[in-house]
Amino acid sequence: MEVLFTFGKVVFAFLIVLQLTLILLWVERKGSALIQDRVGANRANIFGGVLPFNLGIVNTWMADPLKLFHKEDIVPEAADQFLHWFAPWIAILPLFVTFAVIPFGDVLVAGGYTINLQAAELDLGILYILAMLSLAVYGVVVGGWASNSRYSFLGGVRGTAQMISYEIPMGLALVSVVLTYGTIDFQQIARDQGELMFGILPAWGVFYQPIALVVLFIAGMAESKRVPFDLPEAESELVAGFYTEYSGSKQSVFMMADFVEVAIVAALVTTLFFGGWQVPYLYRDGFQFPGGFDIALPSLLVTVLQVASFLVKLFLFCWLQILVRWSLPRLRYDQLMELGWKRLLPLALINVAVTAVMVLLLDGRTIP
Amino acid sequence: MNPYLALLMSFGLCALVATIMVCASWVLGPKNPTKTKLEIFETGNPPLGSLRGVRFPIKFYLTAILFVVFDIEVVFMYPWAVVFRQLGWAGLAEMAVFVAVLAVGLAYVWRVGALEWE
Repeated sequence: MEVLFTFGKVVFAFLIVLQLTLILLWVERKGSALIQDRVGANRANIFGGVLPFNLGIVNTWMADPLKLFHKEDIVPEAADQFLHWFAPWIAILPLFVTFAVIPFGDVLVAGGYTINLQAAELDLGILYILAMLSLAVYGVVVGGWASNSRYSFLGGVRGTAQMISYEIPMGLALVSVVLTYGTIDFQQIARDQGELMFGILPAWGVFYQPIALVVLFIAGMAESKRVPFDLPEAESELVAGFYTEYSGSKQSVFMMADFVEVAIVAALVTTLFFGGWQVPYLYRDGFQFPGGFDIALPSLLVTVLQVASFLVKLFLFCWLQILVRWSLPRLRYDQLMELGWKRLLPLALINVAVTAVMVLLLDGRTIP
Repeated sequence: MNPYLALLMSFGLCALVATIMVCASWVLGPKNPTKTKLEIFETGNPPLGSLRGVRFPIKFYLTAILFVVFDIEVVFMYPWAVVFRQLGWAGLAEMAVFVAVLAVGLAYVWRVGALEWE
């Protein structure tokens, strides 16, 4: 029975990321159209118009992947045959599995069972996420190298240097978060954020670690290789960067990997800085507002509210990244490296030092 | 239940879906390879030949070396951060020495211009 529950949670966590990427694809198209004052993708039909109506939202949600999956798969003769296949696979797999450790709710109490709403209840979640994000670099390296094309190669080299550079500020930002909570277990971190500061403010990480939040968000956006950090795939310079020689579903896998990274950054920001699944003032038995005003709620409804809160926050931070993408121009490569090594890295280091001293000074006080 | 079993399930499921997605157009798409199609794309010109052994700026290599140094630093900080409250001021002092050595390294690298891209 327990195995069944675990499998259900794994599938649910996977469906969140899979559906989110597809929905984000649509949101990005429509959102960019909104920002640029045009209509955007607005029609889709099957088999050249057998349906009498327009499919609307289904447009990119279904039609884009379906169309790309039916395109010809071209592997250039000069390419490394095995690695050309392997690159998209290794690009997306480590990103898909990261969501297994993100808690999407507190507990579900039903029929005598108490289910912890986290697919894999790992106590080293942050290390796991960092490891998987590092593995994702291989997709770029291998894809750029295997294609045997100059554009791909330059894109791959650029992408590698960019991703590994931004991994350091990201890791340091996470260190200061770990210092604050004293644990690397995501569920524990989310639960710790359920308390109140000064009796009124929810004790979310954003109030303890605002600098870590900024560093993590910028570094995370650089990891996802999208505008303003899209130098590995800069279309005006490198055609399509490391996936120039890819077509059909392999190319769509690379594009999807970008969106999954957007979702991962949003999930990290949500869980570590904005309370994860926490709803302010909502506890296991209902709302308890400061000032003694209570609303009792059934346990199931509380769980549903928490999961909904997690999904809403997740989507909001994805939307924020899409907004940034369509608002800012691309950086130059020297600016990109300067931002990573000369700005974010010292900032994150100083933040770790300040956090460590503050933790020791405030140790034992009542601030959670 | 062992959380690694859940991870194993997750890896299995994701590997399956990833494989389906990568292979989809090989299965579903048309297969009509021509000579031009199988060529490497270089703005329509005949390709300049293989890329194996081609040179690229040493800056990228330098970045990778720097990454190894500083990433190891970050990795060492995680166990320290988890048990930091038990270590107290002594732990802070020890980590300060460790980070100071690397900070001097960063200052040196900065000074000699390894972080400059022209």
